[in-house]
Amino acid sequence: MDFDLMITSFPKLLGATVITLKLLSASLFFGLFLGLFFAILRLNKNIFINKFAYGYSYVFRGTPLLVQIFIIYFGLGQIEYLRSTVLWVVLKEPYWCAIIAFTLNTGAYTSEILRSAFQTIKPGIIEAGKSLGISNKIIFYKIQIPIAIRQSLPAYGNEIILMMKGTSLASTVTLMDLTGVAKYIISTTFKPIEVFIVAGGIYLFMTFVIHNVIKYLEKKYSFQQ
Amino acid sequence: MELLAFGKTGWGDELFYATLMTVAVSVTAMLVGFLFALIFTPLKLSKYKILNFVGNFYTTVIRGVPELLVIYLLFFGGSGAIMYVASIFGYYEYIEINAFITGAVAIGIISGAYSTEVFRGAIQSIDKGQFEAAKVLGINKFGQFYKIILPQMLRLAIPNLSNVWQITLKDTSLISVTGLVEIMRQSYIAAGSTRDPLFFYSFAAVLYLMLTYISMKLINKLEVKYSRGY
Repeated sequence: MDFDLMITSFPKLLGATVITLKLLSASLFFGLFLGLFFAILRLNKNIFINKFAYGYSYVFRGTPLLVQIFIIYFGLGQIEYLRSTVLWVVLKEPYWCAIIAFTLNTGAYTSEILRSAFQTIKPGIIEAGKSLGISNKIIFYKIQIPIAIRQSLPAYGNEIILMMKGTSLASTVTLMDLTGVAKYIISTTFKPIEVFIVAGGIYLFMTFVIHNVIKYLEKKYSFQQ
Repeated sequence: MELLAFGKTGWGDELFYATLMTVAVSVTAMLVGFLFALIFTPLKLSKYKILNFVGNFYTTVIRGVPELLVIYLLFFGGSGAIMYVASIFGYYEYIEINAFITGAVAIGIISGAYSTEVFRGAIQSIDKGQFEAAKVLGINKFGQFYKIILPQMLRLAIPNLSNVWQITLKDTSLISVTGLVEIMRQSYIAAGSTRDPLFFYSFAAVLYLMLTYISMKLINKLEVKYSRGY
């Protein structure tokens, strides 16, 4: 065990954690809206809209995240037309490509989580709202969404942790996130175990924090208060 | 389309073999994972705190750390660890483990953690009366597990194991970083030499979709088989 290496690599890895957290929070933020949008489309009665939303979530859940990042980072740059548009400002940066890929990926999973949450809401609750003369819009925003969010908290907590692990793939498109820096240190020092313990410890700590925050929220918003 | 031609001109045959490689690695990894689950599930269900701790440590660490980090650990540390063990037995030559084994073991360790959780959940949700009835009937320990617990457990475990299989299949794309020529690596090579990454990575996505679709169909059949009588 090389404890000196563990101590000297800790601040470097901690610095890289900032990028990991930035990637995670940005993709979760955009992904939540995307997921909500597609969950609503999934509940639409129009078969084309419904199938489109299903197709989106099927494709993004059925392919590896690595393929998605590569298509966006390496693939889209190949289209000449894109290079001349404003989009190119975003797409030439690996940082934004990673965020776009993560957002689309987590959006697919989130839409499934939210859809099943919407579907488990008892019809009686919506009927009760209607009989009180509340408009459909307000029933949706004030009754269905809050209940769905509560219902989906445990599954969404898992998704956050999966996404946190997913951000490690940003290192494959040259970003120096926690895994990227860990790989760099491993390949220069050839001490994989020491680096794994430190980097893995940081990841585990983040998992631990996310897990407990979700647990706290679940308790706070539980129905039996 | 000529990019996908078989033979020397296109990438069709290369991608075909790469797809077989992906399937081979996934199946091996899944089996390695079952082996790990076979060891760690009893530990997690054990009465002893210390064994419990070992079981929980495995599943918590592996499920909380990115897959890529585990792969790097084995890729860079694997042969070192094997050589260290070999040196104890007096073997000092350089040992290189091939990429297939590194990959299958790395993904196996990961899928094992998920399988362990699935098996633990399945066993815990079997009615206690089943264990007691088997005991009362004087069935020996092996028969108890093999004839009574296992069939009931499989029915409960298969839907979740199908999720583990999907995760495992998709995780194999990550071992392309070690140089094993599976779908992802082959697409990378093809994209590099033809300068057509959009086409080849999209095609890789189609191949993965095909694999997940086919495996879902097969697993559904299994599910029906093990749900007889329900």
